[in-house]
Amino acid sequence: MSEVLDRPQTEEPALKVVGTRPIRPDGFDKVTGRAAFGADFVMPGMLTGRVKRSPHAHARILSIDTRAARALAGVKAVVTRDDFPDLASEMHEGGEAASNLRDLAMNVMARDKALYHGHAVAAVAAVSPAIAEAALELIEVTYEPLPHVIDVEAAMAPDAPLLHAHIFTEGLEARPASPSNIARRHLFARGDVDAALAEAEVRVEGRYTTKATHQGYIEPHACVASMSPDGQCQVWCSSQGAFMVRTYCAKVLGLEISDVRVTPAEIGGGFGGKTTVYLEPLALALSRASGAPVKMVMSREEVFRATGPTSGAVVEVRLGARRDGTITAMDVELKYQAGAFPGSPVGAGCMTALACYDAPNFRIVGWDVVTNSPKVAAYRAPGAPISAFGVESAIDELAARLGMDPIALRQQNGARNGVKAAYGPTFQNIGYLETLAALKAHPHMQAPLGPNQGRGVAVGFWFNVGGESTAAIHIGEDGSATVVTGNPDIGGSRASMAIMAAETLGVPVEQVRPIVADTASIGYSMLTGGSRTTFATGLAVIRAAEKVIDELKRRAAVLWSVDADKVGWKSGAAVCLDPAKEVAPLTLARLAGQSARTGGPISAEVSLNAQGAGPGFGAHLCDVEVDPETGQVTILRYVVAQDVGRAIHPAYVEGQMQGGAAQGIGWALNEEYVFDADGVMENPGFLDYRMPVASDLPMIDTVIVEVPNPRHPYGAKGVGEVPIVPPLAAVANAVSAAIGVRMRHLPLSPPKIRAAVDARAG
Amino acid sequence: MAHLTFAGGDCQSFTGGLGELEVAATSVRALIHELEARFPGLGDHVDRRMAIAIDGEIHQDAWSAVIGPRSEVYIIPRIGGG
Repeated sequence: MSEVLDRPQTEEPALKVVGTRPIRPDGFDKVTGRAAFGADFVMPGMLTGRVKRSPHAHARILSIDTRAARALAGVKAVVTRDDFPDLASEMHEGGEAASNLRDLAMNVMARDKALYHGHAVAAVAAVSPAIAEAALELIEVTYEPLPHVIDVEAAMAPDAPLLHAHIFTEGLEARPASPSNIARRHLFARGDVDAALAEAEVRVEGRYTTKATHQGYIEPHACVASMSPDGQCQVWCSSQGAFMVRTYCAKVLGLEISDVRVTPAEIGGGFGGKTTVYLEPLALALSRASGAPVKMVMSREEVFRATGPTSGAVVEVRLGARRDGTITAMDVELKYQAGAFPGSPVGAGCMTALACYDAPNFRIVGWDVVTNSPKVAAYRAPGAPISAFGVESAIDELAARLGMDPIALRQQNGARNGVKAAYGPTFQNIGYLETLAALKAHPHMQAPLGPNQGRGVAVGFWFNVGGESTAAIHIGEDGSATVVTGNPDIGGSRASMAIMAAETLGVPVEQVRPIVADTASIGYSMLTGGSRTTFATGLAVIRAAEKVIDELKRRAAVLWSVDADKVGWKSGAAVCLDPAKEVAPLTLARLAGQSARTGGPISAEVSLNAQGAGPGFGAHLCDVEVDPETGQVTILRYVVAQDVGRAIHPAYVEGQMQGGAAQGIGWALNEEYVFDADGVMENPGFLDYRMPVASDLPMIDTVIVEVPNPRHPYGAKGVGEVPIVPPLAAVANAVSAAIGVRMRHLPLSPPKIRAAVDARAG
Repeated sequence: MAHLTFAGGDCQSFTGGLGELEVAATSVRALIHELEARFPGLGDHVDRRMAIAIDGEIHQDAWSAVIGPRSEVYIIPRIGGG
């Protein structure tokens, strides 16, 4: 069940296609198994690639002997660190945020040290999977094991095992005298938080922890790569950005970008985890060495051991307030694991931590810390759920201390238009308070709670971004339209592109076919992520449709022998504005049918760098029941209210809101990386890494709040990331209410609940 | 003159700790040049590593974005996403 708030009520809606729920363009292929994912692609003469991985969490690689492996019948290529150029430390905008190319290359293939258990140290290509795996066993790697460190605070200690001798903490007033595992400090502050805390009438403080969790996409990383003798490369793979794969492969292997063509496969989930490369450069290097195409597919175990989860973290929060509920001081410190190389999402964690509040005095300090675990990758609103868990839990404690309704406390201190966000800019056109009002009005608020049941509220924010995008529209001779973009469809973007093209052209959406093209067939687009695609690539689609309309009007003017400015466009047809001409409108189909006579094929391509993405806010309400005997938590009811600007395809928007909530619930209740004393992950499979399944959850209710973004023709803001921000705290607040004990350490797995209940009982 | 604030602490190592200043630039590109001229290295750092919020709207790689004489400008870390 869902409702949409604030949609204008008029007899004839201004928008005819935007806001409707057509069948998804990729639906039939997906439900019938016809869709081709990364592992589905095959080529004649294709070899199988496999990766040898470090058995140590931290070790110096003294030597690698591949002779026995190369001598094995059926082995066609072996590559090691010697086959990859060493790159200089250089930040490169290949994805969405900058990546350090040196670190990226060293993560793809270890150089002097293995920095985590599972780090790639060699790769082979052979004529069969069995031979490739046998060859891995024949590669002899000599290691000098080193002490390792995974816990974030242990890694910050002065005597911690050092991962990189070149890391001197950035962001401090002065460069430190010695290297450490602390890559960067972030600091955001305004006012005098210490004085405000000292003067506060009510204070709360808490220390909250989260564990590393994986994005959990159901499709493992997979690719086929082929390099011809002339250096021309083709890659077929599942990713969140074919252009990102193209750039990173070229950089890691020292190729020209124009020599690499990447074709996107369907993607079986990414959630940020497919915004970088792991296998693709290895497969290309193996193809270069063997002269044959190479296919590589990760096992689930490899996905867990060697691809980016998000950070485990420590969040410390101190809040001060007046007795009337006015928050006067907010002090937050964040410590995030980065994994083997710098670049945790702690910066975004800092910037989002207090975005929902109008805080006069605050300080947010964030620490980016390298650890002997897989390099973290983006995960849906990277960094924000972690900081929100701490802040929203502390807000819940403050509400209890003040005796206030937690929604009323958030309303009293909430961000609104004109408020200067803690990360800097002044908010405009935001719909945060509207989401709180939607929760307050929801029937869920009136549902009675029984024994061992509790209710939790939490809110969240994500910036949403724009960026570079390209779109083309080609008109067929029957008047149908093909919309071409370069953004892999991870959340319904094909449907939203088709809807916006149809709306602009004035034709039925069924007349529009959206496709995702390879990197040689459409201009550059940044990857699909940051909740940017419907906003930014959608803007390119709209502008391309407007160019098509301009061309169609010009063709109609030729046919009618009038000036082009005497032609308008209405409901999918050219209309003559010259009162001296009495002519019937020319439909898109009729104009397309005569295109050869009026100037040739009709098409348009637009490339732009979209600015003006609207920030998103969400508010979540959760009811749980805790079994005091087993510690099992059952989610009874869950409501998501979110400002989305305008829902282009409401069913997809609801799906994003539900999916984000489900992922966040898993993060809150069960998911965690468990390492043994040697730094080896003990639960690298879905049997032991417990993600929620459908039977674990109730139907997640959604309320779409629409405060349109004036910088988008149809009012769109981003959607996909906001809904994973509040659930960690919403669930923890509900569980804490149910058992009467504040739960500050995720996941809230049954043993922790049992321990808390037992401790309460004394 | 537009009012510029550095948020996030990254830039102040270039400015000797100065957190706020008035700028004459009327576009992002001009701002980058102005920062580079006043604090060597800062313009390049802002161009490569930072986002620029003008009157509440965040811009990344948008040299032509306009800065008004009374604009509120914030230099903040770049934003990615998942």
